[in-house]
This record gives sequence, structure tokens and C-alpha cells, in this order.
Amino acid sequence: MSDSIKKSSPAADAWHVLKQSKSAMLGLIIIVFLFLLALGGKLILPHDPYIGSMAENFQPPSAAHWMGTDELGRDILSRIIDGTRISLRVGIVSVLAALVVGTALGATAAYYGKRVDMIIMRFMDMMLAIPDILLAIAIMAALGPGIDKAIIAISFVTIPQYARIVRGCVLSVKESDYIAAARLVGNKDWRIIARHILPNVASAIIVRSTLGISSAILDAAALGFLGLGVQPPYAEWGTMLGSGRLYIFNAPYIVVFPGLAITITVLAFNLFGDGLRDALDPKGKIR
Amino acid sequence: MPELAPLVQVKSLSKSFVLERSWGGKPTSVLKAVDNISFSVAKGEVFGLVGESGCGKTTIGKLICGMFSPDSGQILYDGRDITHLNQKERRSLCTEIQFIFQDPYSSLNPRMTVWQTLSEPIAINGLLPKSEIGKRVDKLLDCVGLASYTKSRYPHEFSGGQRQRIGIARALALNPKFIVCDEPVSALDVSIQAQVLNLLADLKDEFGLTYIFIAHGLNVIKHLSDRVAVMYLGKIMETAPKEGLSNPINPYTKALMSAIPIPDPNRKRERILLSGDVPSPINPGPGCRFASRCFAASPECSLSEPPAQEYEKGHFASCFNAAPAN
Amino acid sequence: MLLEVKGLTTVFHMKEGAVRAVQNASFQAGKGEVLAIVGESGSGKSVTSLSIMGLVGEQGTVESGRILYKGEDLLKASKKRMQQLRGNEISMIFQEPMTSLNPVHSIRKQLVEAITTHKNATKQEAEEHALEMLDFVGIPSPKARMGNYPHEMSGGMRQRVMIAMALSCDPQLLIADEPTTALDVTIQAQIMDLLHGLKERLGMGMILITHDLGIVAETADRVAVMYCGRIVEEAPVKELFEEPLHPYTRGLIASIPRLDVSVKRLPVIRGMVPDPTLVPKGCSFSDRCDYCEDKCKRDVPGLASVSPTRKVRCFQRAGILEEKDEKDEKGGAACQN
Repeated sequence: MSDSIKKSSPAADAWHVLKQSKSAMLGLIIIVFLFLLALGGKLILPHDPYIGSMAENFQPPSAAHWMGTDELGRDILSRIIDGTRISLRVGIVSVLAALVVGTALGATAAYYGKRVDMIIMRFMDMMLAIPDILLAIAIMAALGPGIDKAIIAISFVTIPQYARIVRGCVLSVKESDYIAAARLVGNKDWRIIARHILPNVASAIIVRSTLGISSAILDAAALGFLGLGVQPPYAEWGTMLGSGRLYIFNAPYIVVFPGLAITITVLAFNLFGDGLRDALDPKGKIR
Repeated sequence: MPELAPLVQVKSLSKSFVLERSWGGKPTSVLKAVDNISFSVAKGEVFGLVGESGCGKTTIGKLICGMFSPDSGQILYDGRDITHLNQKERRSLCTEIQFIFQDPYSSLNPRMTVWQTLSEPIAINGLLPKSEIGKRVDKLLDCVGLASYTKSRYPHEFSGGQRQRIGIARALALNPKFIVCDEPVSALDVSIQAQVLNLLADLKDEFGLTYIFIAHGLNVIKHLSDRVAVMYLGKIMETAPKEGLSNPINPYTKALMSAIPIPDPNRKRERILLSGDVPSPINPGPGCRFASRCFAASPECSLSEPPAQEYEKGHFASCFNAAPAN
Repeated sequence: MLLEVKGLTTVFHMKEGAVRAVQNASFQAGKGEVLAIVGESGSGKSVTSLSIMGLVGEQGTVESGRILYKGEDLLKASKKRMQQLRGNEISMIFQEPMTSLNPVHSIRKQLVEAITTHKNATKQEAEEHALEMLDFVGIPSPKARMGNYPHEMSGGMRQRVMIAMALSCDPQLLIADEPTTALDVTIQAQIMDLLHGLKERLGMGMILITHDLGIVAETADRVAVMYCGRIVEEAPVKELFEEPLHPYTRGLIASIPRLDVSVKRLPVIRGMVPDPTLVPKGCSFSDRCDYCEDKCKRDVPGLASVSPTRKVRCFQRAGILEEKDEKDEKGGAACQN
């Protein structure tokens, strides 16, 4: 290898490929924008998202209220901006929680195999046999409504997805020679899993979680729509849709804008996730 | 060769893999990868294991390193029984026994830099204080002929030959006394093979290592080994000191010798062409494993297994019909 | 002349830039002759054969040169004509038969199809011919084997089926690309023996592409050694092994461990085959060569004739020859014992 080749790490290579994908970059830009809104949105809110005047209710989009006002006269734009924080929080925290538990379960099942694998994976299969949203509703019914509980419910029902993906990847990696070599130089089991196996399945996990964020946001919206998730007055997009659905015919903007917000966010995470998959997939590489 | 104390002794080692089971869990298809094999390797010796694919040579190497657990038999290392060890005992052996893999592309962790790959064994075993690991890694890289500035690189930035050197450096990192080399050059280009073979020979001299050297090419085996065992379908057919190889006794060894093309158009030899394929080692019958393809086979060959007989000093062969050495 | 390749240059367009996989290669293959093209990975030996077959793929283009098969330029031939030639006149066998046999069809179906598309034969005739071919390549009980699928056969058997398929239309030229690399040594001996016998019997020309100098020594009549896309030496097989002229050829021959000769240390070629995008500017071997001088780093040496039968691409060959004479006087074969 000549020195004129510039040093490259797997991460740098992936970024190089990712940069060339226009749709992934568009997704990334939207995601960054959403994060900025979530973090600094409070500073640019045109109106208070929680206090409106009944005199101003059902106003169509105008210069004062770009997206109109809802049934209580609250500014919809402000509510959507404020909702960004809630939606992203639900999406990211629930994915992280599911990811940690799912990875631990999947990796343990695959690495130890046999009976351990059997018990863990049959339990996962049982969970997968129940429709996600049904299971989430059941959990919400048991826990009661609220943001934190929505996060718990969503992460719990998505654990099997991560466990299965991680198990599959670990199974294929654990037979590699470099894992045998790691064992031969004296690594303990936990270290082999943490230092040698997981970094090699990380790309699959990262891709799945990025796509998972969008489905978690959708799930949260669905729970909100059903009145089980985030409770009014919090400006969660799904809750906004749910309470606005009564007025869909005479004031469509009440549901159109929160719906658009959900769609754009989900689309952004999907675009970025697909781009990531292409960038991190070793088969996509030239050599 | 003077009689040296054996470093590794393998006694009637067997390992089979169950490929299929009936519904009741009874094995119906069993691959006998290693079948009742015994040999010993002296300190400082290079013991070559040669044979075609499926003969069980790699399985032996992996059994010794504890990557598989044998069905029966015994493995002694320095007089100590290491056949069945728990994980902790096995880990303590990592400073004694190491392994060099065949495929330099799958034997290095793609997500770890050379530095990480080489420093990890030293760090987790606490061989050196942190401050001295850097020097040690540089020394290791120097030993295998790589520049120390390459240590921040990832495996994909190296060629096959360089990767194999990194794999060798990893095996050396813990100062082992015994290394199993599993076809270390067969995945490499011709001009690189010689470099790696020389490197292995140099390292052996420098660190007083003992090797089991596994390969499918008799020429490569003969170049590096002091003693060679020829394997066929899980059995050792012939064991000979390197010099004895030019005078093979077992018909399979003869055929194998004559099948290796010699890069010299003026040396036209009488070729022994074997008929048929290497039979599968699944559910073998009684008798000599080679009988189905052997040009010297007699009826008794398929009835019972020929025992190993010593023809010359240190030169053993298992065959009913072998002519005594001339 | 059966096949004449003149100034063949094949370029691959990659992300890192254009790679000249084959540069200005010229050689000939006659009837009943085995031409071996030897080289390591990245030498361009396989691309050369694919260029002849018109199978370089989408990323590659034959940039210049002529490939004359019985005087007809294959590079100018239409797609239809090439297809006609590929089965009937020129055949190819590959390293891994599993990838070139269709896993979902039986051997019978594949052989019959190969025969009927290229020959005017009824299904019945084709089937009989297929049976003959399987028998011809030494497959035991060919009738039973006809119904098998590729995965039911061993590597050696599959390679025999490949050869049967390649020979089913009596080609005049057979290109064998690493035909035995995936096989065990005893099976390799069988296949090489078979190929050699078939060549003798059918009188076809053969281009054998391999990295194994042992196989070359035992089967080839003439040898072209390739390095980094260029032919660096071409010679009749005996002369090449007796007195290799190019430093690369010498290094390569010397570095193989031999059964009949024992050495303590193997002579090596230092360094490694350069990355295809980073081949040295002058002679491509200059960075690994012991005889390298300034001129070698600057200019690309031409493939010069040194005798009626031999060509070599090296500026320093005169010096190398002198040194060899000196060595011979000193008592010669010092490395043999």
C-alpha cells in the first residue's frame, strides 16, 4: 500500500458514500433542521402554543397565523414547532431503549446459542405474534396515558425487531476467524461481544434504528390520535390530529399541517436511513 | 534429529461432526473429521500436516487450540493434559499456544486498527504496563516487516500478504512457544508466498518456536517442516522425516508426490493418476480409507485398517501392500 | 495462425480513475499449441482472455488493438457473430465451475441446450452427443450423471462437466482460465491430464491462464508472463525455465518451494504487486527489481526480440545475461543439493 493513499477509516468511507446520495443528504438536512427546532424552537415561537383566545379560533392561514389557529384559538405553527420536541423525544428515546434491550437480548441469544437462544427468541416470537399497536394499546391501558408511558410502550413492543436483527448479524459474525482469534488471545466472552462482535454489527443496527425512529414517531402519533399517548394540552402531532379530526371538513388546516409535519419527519428519517444502509453496506463498496 | 522432549502430544484423538439427525435426535450422518490420530511434536520442531481438502488437517489444529472439543483421545502440552479445559484454564494457555489463520481477509477484525489488534492481547493479559505496549507493538510490526506508521490503519488498507503479516504479528504478541499455522500462504500470490514462508522460518529461529504447519501443497510443507504427516480422510497415512519424503511408502503419498507439478519442463516424471474423486468422509466403512482409489489395493484393504509400521527410523506408514523401503 | 492478438489494450473505468488492465499485449496461439499466460493477481491475465471472448463487462472497454481469429477481427465482429463464434469455435472454461453452471438445471438440460443452440441437432441427437461428451471427459456412469444437478457433484466432476460443455461443439480454440485452482492436487492432476489428452486428440489450440508455474512447465508449449497488465516475457517453455530473462520471471521461478530441490531460504521478490492505480511510471516492475536503474524508472521498455523465439521487456537484460554467465563459470547450480 502506498503512502499516497490517504488514510481511511470505515466511518470516513461511509461518510464519503453518504455524501454522494442526494436523498440522504436531503433527509439529513431536514433532520438537522428538526433538531434545531426542537432545541431552539422556544426562542422563535410566534405565539404561545398553549394559550389562545377563543375569539381567534378556526382562523385559516394568514399573515398573523401562518398555519391558522385551532378550535381553541391556539397558533398551529407554534404548536407544531413545540411538538417537534415531543415527537423527536418519543422517537429517539423509545428507539434507544428498545435498541439497548434488544441488542443485549439478541447478542446473548446468538452468542450462547442452544437453550439460551431458544428461550429468548421464542419469547420474542410471541411478542411479534401480537400486532405492535395492539400490544402498545394494551400496555398503555395498563400504565395509563402520558409521554413517558408512550415511550415505554413503544420501546417495549419494538424490542423484538432489534433483537432479531442483532441476533442474525451476530450469528454471521461470530463464526469469523477474527472472533476465534480474539478468543485465542485471551478475551473474555463479554469483551468479545462488546469489542469484537458489536462494532461489526453496528452498521445494521444504526440503519435499523434510524428507520425505527420514524416508525416510533408514527406509533406515538397513532397512540396520540387514539387519545392514549401524549395528553392534551401537549402539542404532540398525533394528539393534534386526533383532536382536530372533528373539524376536518370545515377547517382542514387543523389536521393538514400536523399531518404534514409527521409525514416530512418520517420521510426525512427514512431517506437518511436508506442512504445510511447504502453507505454502510459493505457489498455496496467498489472493492 | 536428536530425541527432544515432546512439546505437544496427541494421543488417539477423534472428532466427528454430526451433519444430520433423525427426528429422535439420533445421528444419521456423521463426518469423521479426525479418526484416532496420534503424533507428537518435539520442542523446536516444525511438524507438517499435509492432505487434500476434507482430510481433517485443519480440524486437528483447531482441536489443539481448543476451538473444538474432541470426542475422545488426549492432547498433552508440555506434559499437561489440555484435552478438556474450562474457559479460564483455556485463556491461561493463550501465552503458550497461538494460531495463524488461512484467510487473511477474514482473520482480522475489519473495525479494529492494527494498533488495536496488536495491543489488545498484551493489554488484556496484563503482560506489560501500558507505557511499554507501544514499544512492543512497534517491535512486533518490525519483526513481521511492516513499518510502524501503518499501525493506525485498518485491515482493508492492506494487501493480502500484509494482512497475513499482521495476523502473524498478532500470534506473536503473547510470546507463545507453539503456533499452529493453518495454510498461512495458500491464499497469497506466488511471489508473496515465499516472503511469508521465509518470515515464518526466521521467526521460528529468532523466538525458538515450535510449529504445526498445515498445508495442502507438499512442496510448501517439505520446504518448512522437519517431519511430515500425510493425511487422508481423517487418518494419518504416513509420517516421515523431511528427507524420507523423497522415498514415499504409502501409495497415497506416492500419488500425492507425483501430482505436484514441478516447475521444470525437463523433468518429465511418471505420473501416478488416481482414479475417481476424494470420497466423502461421511460414514466411512471399515478398512483403509484410501482403498477405493488405491492402485495397490488388495482384498484385505477394505476389510480392516492397516496399522502403522516403522519402515525406517522415524518413517511410519500404514499400508498392507507397501514394499519395504529400498 | 489460429489466433493473433495485436496491441490489445483493455481499460477499466473505476472510481479511482482509469485502470489499464491489459496494455499493448500481443501474442499468437497456433493450432495444437498450448500457450500459457502466467501472472499473479492483478496481472491482467484473466482480462486478456475475457477480451478475446468479448466478455469484459460494462466497466471495461477494449481501447485499442486487434484480435484476429483466423484473420477475422473479433473486435469488429457483430454481437451475433461473436455469439456464434463463442460456442462453436472458441470455448472457455472457468476457475469455479459452480458459478458458470446453472444451479437450477440438470446437467442434461444444460448440455443439450449448449449443443442445440450451436449445432443443427435434434434433441435426441444432442442428448446422445452429450452422453458421448461426458464419457469422453472421463465421467463414470455418464447416463446416471446426466440427471444430476451441479451441486450434487464434486468440484472435479463439475469441472469435467464444464469441459464437456466447452468441447461439445468441437471448438478450435479453448481458453482455460485457472481450470484447476479450485481443485485438490490429485484432482488437478487428473484434469490437467484430461485437458492435455483432449488437446492432442482434437488438435485444438489452447490458451491456459494460470498462476501456477508448475502447471505451466508440465503442459505449455509457449509461455507469456504478464505483470501489471503487460507481457514482460514470452518464450518456449523449456527456454523460459532453463534461462528466464526477465527479472520478474526469474524471481517467480526461484521463489517456488520445490519438491526436488531443498533450500534453507527461498529467494524472494521484494515488495508486492502494486495497486492497479499506482503502477510505477516506467517499467512496472522497477520498484521491486534488483537490476533497476534510473532509465527503468523513467521509460517503459519495449518487448524486444532476443532470439527468433524469445521476447523480453527489460532494459537490463544484457547485464543479467552476463551475470548469469559468471555464475555458471563459478560452478553453476549452487542452490541444488
